[in-house]
Amino acid sequence: MKSVLSEKVEKEPLSYKEALDLFQNADLLDLGLMAKKIKFSKSANKVYFTINKHINYTNICSSKCLMCAYYRNEEDKDAYTMNFEQVEKELKAIEDLHEVHIVGALNPKLDFSYYIKLLETVKKAAPNANIKAFTAAEIDFFSKISSLSYKEVLEKLKAAGLQTMPGGGAEVFSERVRKKLYPKKIGFEEWSQIHALAHSMGIKSNATLLFGHIETQEEIIDHLFKLRSLQAQTNGFLCFVPLLFHPENTIFEKHIQKQSAVFQLKVLAISRIILDNFDHIKAYWVMMSDSISQVGLHFGADDIDGTIEKENIFHAAGATSPSGMARQRIVEMVKNAGFVPVERDALYNELKVYK
Amino acid sequence: MRVSKKEALELFNIDLLELGKMAQSVRFQKHPTKLVTFIADTNINYTNICTVKCSFCAFYRNKNSKDAYVLTIDQLKQKAIAAKEAGLSTVLIQGGLNPEIDYSYYIKMVEELSNIGIHVHAFSPPEIDLMCKISNKSPKEVFEDLKKAGLSTMPGGGAEVLSERVRKKISPNKINTDRWLEISRQAHKLGIKTTATMMFGHIETKEDIIDHLDNIRRLQDETHGFRAAIAWDFKPENTALKKFITNKATGIDYLKILAISRIYLDNIENIQASWASQGKQIGQIALFFGANDLGSLLFEENVMAQAGFRLTATIEELGNLIKQAGFIPALRTTNYEIVRYL
Repeated sequence: MKSVLSEKVEKEPLSYKEALDLFQNADLLDLGLMAKKIKFSKSANKVYFTINKHINYTNICSSKCLMCAYYRNEEDKDAYTMNFEQVEKELKAIEDLHEVHIVGALNPKLDFSYYIKLLETVKKAAPNANIKAFTAAEIDFFSKISSLSYKEVLEKLKAAGLQTMPGGGAEVFSERVRKKLYPKKIGFEEWSQIHALAHSMGIKSNATLLFGHIETQEEIIDHLFKLRSLQAQTNGFLCFVPLLFHPENTIFEKHIQKQSAVFQLKVLAISRIILDNFDHIKAYWVMMSDSISQVGLHFGADDIDGTIEKENIFHAAGATSPSGMARQRIVEMVKNAGFVPVERDALYNELKVYK
Repeated sequence: MRVSKKEALELFNIDLLELGKMAQSVRFQKHPTKLVTFIADTNINYTNICTVKCSFCAFYRNKNSKDAYVLTIDQLKQKAIAAKEAGLSTVLIQGGLNPEIDYSYYIKMVEELSNIGIHVHAFSPPEIDLMCKISNKSPKEVFEDLKKAGLSTMPGGGAEVLSERVRKKISPNKINTDRWLEISRQAHKLGIKTTATMMFGHIETKEDIIDHLDNIRRLQDETHGFRAAIAWDFKPENTALKKFITNKATGIDYLKILAISRIYLDNIENIQASWASQGKQIGQIALFFGANDLGSLLFEENVMAQAGFRLTATIEELGNLIKQAGFIPALRTTNYEIVRYL
């Protein structure tokens, strides 16, 4: 088992059947070693991170996907939409910001002009940061509310400051799963169309997979193969991010057990193995926990995301700022795992190597 | 075939996954099946009054403290009965070093709790040392008394790191390495099986860890009385040692130490993974780094809890963790006999 496929992994792409076989039957550590070898061929012993901030501009959403614990109805007590002053204030408080990650919800009360203004606000408040904004699901929604084509939407957003796009809204590229969990959300056809279009306009993007709900292992492998062939056409994906579904606070809380650490590591490793045309695979520490994301660096990941700055207006003068601490924490995590931390910008340009 | 101290130090530098594979090969030589066991037990701490005041401990109290306590034999019995009724097979009993407790208390405790029909897994070498002092008896005599009362196994606490450099700093008032080993030796000679524990992630060096493992391995060559080895990391909240920590352990450190323990302790049958100190996720990954046992259910736990760390689990949950990792879960006794498959 190990010998035949693991040797092939290093030489040529696996077939769907071979990949599924590895995913289901390979020993965990063997799978990790295969993935790590590929990781080393691409990024040696480096692990990337960035100084970033998330702007989740609204939680009011008309899509109401069954697996989502984030969305609210307009009339809910804790429903919100950020105003531009808030956005500006939060961003201005952060030093050295390299990336602003903007993802919200499909809020029918917002005009397309809100998003343009949002980008302009971010650009002004954080002029040195790369603006990574809006999932394909949001782009599709903007197109509907503005009666503009995807291309026109992207052109206007780009002109307002959008530089890269996150990979969300992909969930699992399976019509079976989509019909059950997120019937109102776009499927692979629209998702891939929007990303390919963005890539053709010079907008690089990420790709994600949401796993650990009702998807099958075959669907996971199929999802990865779809991404691999899309990347072969466009070469516009920066990074692949597998995201673990957390059933807490969703209707699945009592029905779905959170996927195990072992499975998370397997997904990371098989992603690294299948997506041989992706430069980077992310072990997203917020989703995986510090300890499993550290272990994940040994299973093919070469990115651990970023500091994800919290509100830090209150940092004491003269003391180490919260952002300094967040950076130090990630550097230590990566070093402790045995890798060299590299601070990057959104396009993976190396800003600082922490030897 | 056996790994030397020098070679063991080099193991810290090899690739994490390669290290795991080495540990797994030792594990599967000793335990060819995918069986992973754990014990349904609870911890009972009969007193928190302690005169040795180790700097890593958040559990001890002075006898005048508001929350100082000594449980009566009746209270201990109630806890043991409750444990039995909850379906637990074992009570792990440990307490502070409280010189005001009579020798007869310990004997009576073992006797009365054993009579309830639950396995009594009690005391640690430092407690035995205290019993020697208050009774003017030798460890052998104390163990004879305890054995007569029903004691057949003893946990291996109080070892921390068996390196004098470390012990002088973090537990200067506790028995030294030689005494810890001597008391364990006496237990083994009388057929009382024990566990070798290690608490790392504070001020120890890699050399100290290997010294510890070597001390255990050498005694085991002589007595074969250690049934298992277990390591856990120091929990710093509410301790005096917190501000001196140089090596706060991560999951990666834990997996390495676990694997190195499995490789180095070639004469110890079982290596336990500590989900209760490392979390269930790393606890599960530990099954790929040499552990063939998931330790204890720890229905009640007070020592780490006082240091701001408390995780709980059910039998079903631990069974699932093992299954999800592709192993076969079973409950066991302190003697590593299967109680039932899960």
